[in-house]
Amino acid sequence: MSITKKVLSLTAASMVFATVARAEDYVITLKGQEFSPANLTIPADKKVKITVKNTNPTAAEFESHELSREKVVGANSEISVFVGPVKAGTYGYFDDFQRDVAKGTITAQ
Amino acid sequence: MLATLIIVFRELIEAGLVVGIVLAATRGVAGRSLWVGYGVAAGLLGACMVALFAKGINAAMAGFGQEFFNAGVLLLAVLMLTWHNVWMAKHGREMAREMKSVGEAVSSGSRSLLALAIVVGIALLREGSEIVLFLYGIAVSGNETLANMVIGAAIGVVLGVGCTALTYFGLLRIPNRYLFLVTGWMIALLSAGMAAQAVAFLEQAQVVNRLGETAWHSGWLVSQDSITGKTLHTLVGYNESPTIMQVFTYLFTLLGTFALMKWVGGTPAKKMVLVRT
Repeated sequence: MSITKKVLSLTAASMVFATVARAEDYVITLKGQEFSPANLTIPADKKVKITVKNTNPTAAEFESHELSREKVVGANSEISVFVGPVKAGTYGYFDDFQRDVAKGTITAQ
Repeated sequence: MLATLIIVFRELIEAGLVVGIVLAATRGVAGRSLWVGYGVAAGLLGACMVALFAKGINAAMAGFGQEFFNAGVLLLAVLMLTWHNVWMAKHGREMAREMKSVGEAVSSGSRSLLALAIVVGIALLREGSEIVLFLYGIAVSGNETLANMVIGAAIGVVLGVGCTALTYFGLLRIPNRYLFLVTGWMIALLSAGMAAQAVAFLEQAQVVNRLGETAWHSGWLVSQDSITGKTLHTLVGYNESPTIMQVFTYLFTLLGTFALMKWVGGTPAKKMVLVRT
């Protein structure tokens, strides 16, 4: 993040910041063992809100060590987490309850 | 069966390590088995309640109830662990004296048992609720027979208890005069790690926003997916991609604990050693 951008975001009122975060909502859907989109693209160096929808009849846990996030997603329900700001790159996540098969990635750019 | 076994065991590693450390840290204190037992029972009951009310917890705090709940119980555990260490800094010496005169069991340490029982309860509550949700899911999906699920879970629990035993008996190999020094350090590190994790939950809920940039990525060296990474995560709060705020919180908690111990009871190292003269 450039200095100008940093100063701008610091001076911006917190309410404005919250509105911005809400406007940029990203969605990941879990169906069976598949996350879609398999690779989600988000902006780098920015805190974003990601909504994870679990369409399975069983609970899941959205977890990412690389993004330092974990949250249980109940059966047939959805949760939201704030992610970042992260540098440009690709970060892995998985469903902790079926971690060997249900994986996805998030690319920040 | 194998999937159930692996999940139950993996979730229990953390709680197992915590219970092992608590048992070693309270060695020789009268009534500690009972208190740890209370902690385990309360934790298991709490785990079922959390799983049962998962939907309600989730919906609370504008969809971020899970984060507030986790951060809250983690910070409570940090408070209890710190209190234990500070208490030991003040009373470690008299405990050592009493241990020498009364033999194995001492009563003066029992006052910090409630704090550690709460820590045990919290460890089981957090990991246990995930196990309950997972097992419920397996039962509902019908992918596995009930018998297989029960066998898998039982073996997982046995391995988890084995983890506790390994930690406890491993720590008991440490000479008596250094035992409380070592467990004091372990509890301080455990506490710092939990404080950093609480911050992660608050960042996830956008409550804490400052210094949210990632401090480093060390997943290539030690992945948190590995057993080593998972164990280090519990023991010293290892995180393969912590934010700068998490690192600061970790250091602040660790230094704060030692400062408090020194303030209340003199040099931490000297006070916590059981001197045998």
